[in-house]
Amino acid sequence: MPELPFPLPPLPTVQQVVFVGIALLTVVGSLAVVLARNLFHSALGLVAAFFGAAGVYIIAEAEFIGVSQVLVYVGAISTLITFAIMLTRGMMFGATSPRNRQSGTAAIITSLTFIVLMALMNGINWPEASEPIVDGQAIIAGLGRAFVTEYIIPFELLALLLLVALAGAIVLAKDRN
Amino acid sequence: MVPLNWYLILSAFVFSAGLYAALGRRNAIAVLMGIELMLNAANINLVAFWRFGVTPAENLDGQIFALFVIAVAAAEVAIGLALIISVYRNRRTVNLDDLDLLKG
Repeated sequence: MPELPFPLPPLPTVQQVVFVGIALLTVVGSLAVVLARNLFHSALGLVAAFFGAAGVYIIAEAEFIGVSQVLVYVGAISTLITFAIMLTRGMMFGATSPRNRQSGTAAIITSLTFIVLMALMNGINWPEASEPIVDGQAIIAGLGRAFVTEYIIPFELLALLLLVALAGAIVLAKDRN
Repeated sequence: MVPLNWYLILSAFVFSAGLYAALGRRNAIAVLMGIELMLNAANINLVAFWRFGVTPAENLDGQIFALFVIAVAAAEVAIGLALIISVYRNRRTVNLDDLDLLKG
């Protein structure tokens, strides 16, 4: 039997079982993004991957990130991508290959990246256990406080960036004729 | 409790899938989807390392970073899709094999 890259725990807890299920959803979704011939199926896979990532955040007890993920990625970005697919549907269907000319090289580079990442991970002694988060530790309140004290300048710059991106997107997509 | 390694393996896989989509897909929108996947993989790593850090309830930098990444990704996808629509209007294609105007 080949050696697993991580030691299997003796008995998986409920949390671990749920994590594996969500991770499988994410993996299947990202595979659909990569392999689907129809671009719309790719977009659906992307939504599945986004939901899976949101589940992973919630399992990691980062609930606010999970909710933001659902609002921003699933709600806004997926909708935008679906609109763009419908607006440029000229080459959406048909018997053309979904891969470009350099896809062979891309596959080699990607698998090498994955192998190197796994090998790097295997060599490091990661912390075994995380500190438990008990009830009453106000993480979301802490996030809000950090955004208006320590991270106030990046936060304001981010607001400006979003405004500029909004204006830039309108200017770029506007029909000049 | 889920071991840190599991998060990292998941995010490595999602990152690799996104990298392949960004490098090997022919449609520009699929490339953008790949970039979104890579950003998500980075976010999974940030949240996992926050959870396994020292005093996660006080030290929230990982979560704050993840929120910044989400906001920047939203801006990036808006600009990227506007660019794609603009290119489609001018060239009538979003096939990356045909978009080689800058090639010498």
